[in-house]
Amino acid sequence: MIGQRAIKLYVNGDMVEATVEPRKLLSDFLRDDVGLSGVHIGCEHGHCGACTVLVNGELVRSCLTLAVQVDGCHIVTIEGLAKDGKLHPVQESFYENYGAQCGFCTPGQVLTSYALLKENPNPTEEEIREAISGHLCRCTGYYSIVESVKAAAEKMREQNL
Amino acid sequence: MKPAPFEYLDPRTKEEVFQLLDELGEDAKLLAGGQSLLPIMNFRLARPSHLIDINRIPGLDYIREENGHMAIGAMTRERAIEISGVIKEKIPILSEAARHIAFLPIRNKGTIGGSIAHADPSAELCLMIKLLGAQIRVESSQGSRWMDADDFFQTYLTTVLEPNEMITEIQIPIPPKETVYSFNTFSRRHGDFAIVSVAILLQMGRDGLCEKAKIALGSVNPTPIRAHGAEDLLVGRKMSGKLMDEVSILTEEACDPDSDIHASAENKREMVRVFTGRGLREAFKRYEESRR
Repeated sequence: MIGQRAIKLYVNGDMVEATVEPRKLLSDFLRDDVGLSGVHIGCEHGHCGACTVLVNGELVRSCLTLAVQVDGCHIVTIEGLAKDGKLHPVQESFYENYGAQCGFCTPGQVLTSYALLKENPNPTEEEIREAISGHLCRCTGYYSIVESVKAAAEKMREQNL
Repeated sequence: MKPAPFEYLDPRTKEEVFQLLDELGEDAKLLAGGQSLLPIMNFRLARPSHLIDINRIPGLDYIREENGHMAIGAMTRERAIEISGVIKEKIPILSEAARHIAFLPIRNKGTIGGSIAHADPSAELCLMIKLLGAQIRVESSQGSRWMDADDFFQTYLTTVLEPNEMITEIQIPIPPKETVYSFNTFSRRHGDFAIVSVAILLQMGRDGLCEKAKIALGSVNPTPIRAHGAEDLLVGRKMSGKLMDEVSILTEEACDPDSDIHASAENKREMVRVFTGRGLREAFKRYEESRR
């Protein structure tokens, strides 16, 4: 194998050490090496958004990132949102408002919504639609996703999050 | 699909990069944001033998106002350009164009240097540097040189960069305060590659006459282009609906789009004409509002 590299990073708070080929995509690393199948692969060219994760707090397409590039970084996947078995308010809202149907786009949608609400606790519908525009959904028509994010925003404002 | 195997190098200084580029030549690609490179590697349309990751080189990402121009480091992320207060204030059309680049996760990683080196004909930042008459600093082990944006793009995905060269800075002249702008673009889905873009800068004199005009078109030629004939028609003239229509027609004639899956050449030419008319009206409206 060409020039394997040792990497050490944090995924959902846990330290992960591994040796990887340079060409290993972060999406495949998270799925295959770390076992986080919540990272979904839809297009492998950055368009569909299903592979979106947070790297050092920023939304990133894991299919367009090499695992070797995130040495030392903090990654959050959908699996990292719930704390001690309790769903994050964004996840609760998606559940309560039918924001997921087949669930394929959902991890990316939820992480993006989570990131949006961190920066903008009271987004307009237009701002929500703009934020989720990087995620293709074949099931919901986006309406229920937008409603889920609105509800999450309200829930989080009430909880002062 | 997954990329073909390659060797990965992550130098820590510019000098190391130049050395590697000299050694490895055309088989190596620089990895900046990777948001254009990785898709084509994933599809195996590109199979570089070596990737030189330049993300760990310090001092290449900055936005500084200096001596009448904005100096932007080549590794500055598109997101940083999008949210920069000084760019929004001094070169608002650049802010607006940056907002249209793909999606937020792409802008979080994509860089201005990478976008320009990649030279996609529909890239917003390529269009901007053409419109704004930017200067590009290119460095190698041989030293550094400045290039005019006008001389930089050759054709689709092709620039004048030599295999051992790296872009390090983009200098954008700050348009005079009285400059008004408009940016019109179309894609079928939000975030898709633009099918047609028209960017306009108008420098209006106190007398209400147009002193300088720049009209740049994206996606409709192998590189971004300026519609010089149309621009000349505006200079020294009083704005009117009739003039805007004439300018729109001349702009349409300046472009040479290909037909593709998204739109026919005829359709794209018509969009150029419509966007030019719309853009001139928008820009002029900004001028009228600024005078109140």
